[in-house]
Amino acid sequence: MIRLSHVSRDFPRRGRALDDVTFSVEKGEFVFLTGHSGSGKSTTLRMLHMADRPTEGEVRVAGFSSKLTSDREIWKLRRRVGFVFQDFRLLPGRTARENVAFALEVTGTPRREIGPRTSRLLSQVGLSARTGALVEELSGGEQQRVSVARALANEPLVLLADEPTGNLDERSARGILELFRDLNASGMAVLMATHDLDLVRSISDVRTLELSGGRLVFDSGA
Amino acid sequence: MHAIREAIAGFRRAPLLTALSATMVGLALFVVGLFGVATYNLHEALSRIEDRVEVVAYVRDNALDEELRILEEDVMAMPEVVGVRYVSKDQALEAARRDLPEFEDLFAGLDTNPLPASMEVELASGARTPDVVARVAERMTLHPAVEDVRYGQEWVDRLFLLQNIGGIATLILGSAFAVVAALIIGTAIRIALFARREEIQVMRLVGATNGFIRRPFLLEGAITGALGGTLAAAATWGAWWGVSNAVFPLSWIPWSWVLAGIGAGAAFGLLASAVSIRRHLQEI
Repeated sequence: MIRLSHVSRDFPRRGRALDDVTFSVEKGEFVFLTGHSGSGKSTTLRMLHMADRPTEGEVRVAGFSSKLTSDREIWKLRRRVGFVFQDFRLLPGRTARENVAFALEVTGTPRREIGPRTSRLLSQVGLSARTGALVEELSGGEQQRVSVARALANEPLVLLADEPTGNLDERSARGILELFRDLNASGMAVLMATHDLDLVRSISDVRTLELSGGRLVFDSGA
Repeated sequence: MHAIREAIAGFRRAPLLTALSATMVGLALFVVGLFGVATYNLHEALSRIEDRVEVVAYVRDNALDEELRILEEDVMAMPEVVGVRYVSKDQALEAARRDLPEFEDLFAGLDTNPLPASMEVELASGARTPDVVARVAERMTLHPAVEDVRYGQEWVDRLFLLQNIGGIATLILGSAFAVVAALIIGTAIRIALFARREEIQVMRLVGATNGFIRRPFLLEGAITGALGGTLAAAATWGAWWGVSNAVFPLSWIPWSWVLAGIGAGAAFGLLASAVSIRRHLQEI
């Protein structure tokens, strides 16, 4: 599903952000990517949805290779990969429903399907009662659930999450983690970057990768 | 469908920006329109004058009929010539009396007719250029029956110079103002892109195609250009109507020019937004 082979990424000023990182995530797997700030977690996730490319090595996600996929074809990959951010990235001034429907609309879903699918997605993340609320009226946890519903719009094979609980209180964070576990139980691969070690330790059966200074220093599944 | 809906939504979201950029484009194209009207009228006036360009060969008083016949045949054989009219001495005097009545006393006191007979050569409409006129005149000068040839060399030259200046000025000013219009549209699209950068980021994130993201902005640019072109056409018509009624009559440019102008506005808008999107979309 995801395979990084000897991936390095150099930035002109910052220097080497990733250094010879190799790991893979199989279909249906749940993996935590941990490490301190600046360890390379976000850079790794950016590689995975090809917002950035490696300086050396190769990234393969859902059949798309960083060496072979042109910028014009990235949209195909993005429809196979759902992405959730720490800051939610929702459109302000729109309702929860409109935010999810937007993702369906811009990826060419037939109009008559958008309504029912939006309802289904919002119900899947436990937000059936808040569909008409503006995003500004939602709590952090609820906003993150909208963002997850949006990420699921194209029925992705894998869900990538960059510090999805970073802006949430403990209770909301646990709720989001449970949601991810449910999605994973239904067969979706999940790669969640977090520096919250308490959250990681709260679940024992999940594989953990640890990055430090751009190098993969620990893999519990290895 | 989405592109049309989004382009219209874009106008609704920022009506002031749209109105302002369409007006600015309109003003820039208005200058082009005014120049178009001026050039069209200059061209029309010049072609009326051009119709009167002819070569007149004055013949010697003692020229033989045979010599005149050969001269006429020789002139008619030139491909640039469409007609030759012989004006006898008497006809010349009659015409002078008719055209210059203030000299009637002078004409009445004449014992002999001082005016020479002449051959008036009419040139084909495409052959009234300084080169052709000079060539025809030179060839006639060589003829023994001809005493002198006149064709108003100076004003033929000036006429063509004026026409060229008019054409070049329109081209340069037209291009300059078209560039101004394109820059305005490009900037408006850039503002629209940044105003909607959050939407664009989400669109990219969820896998909207580049074409899907670009189309509404391209359409917005084309519509702004067409709106500007229409405003410019209306303003030009207003200016033409005002001048024609209050100052001096002018011809209105052909409607095909107006349509071409609006079409060019839309095309420039499309091009300008395409360039702007290419340059600024990657910054988002």
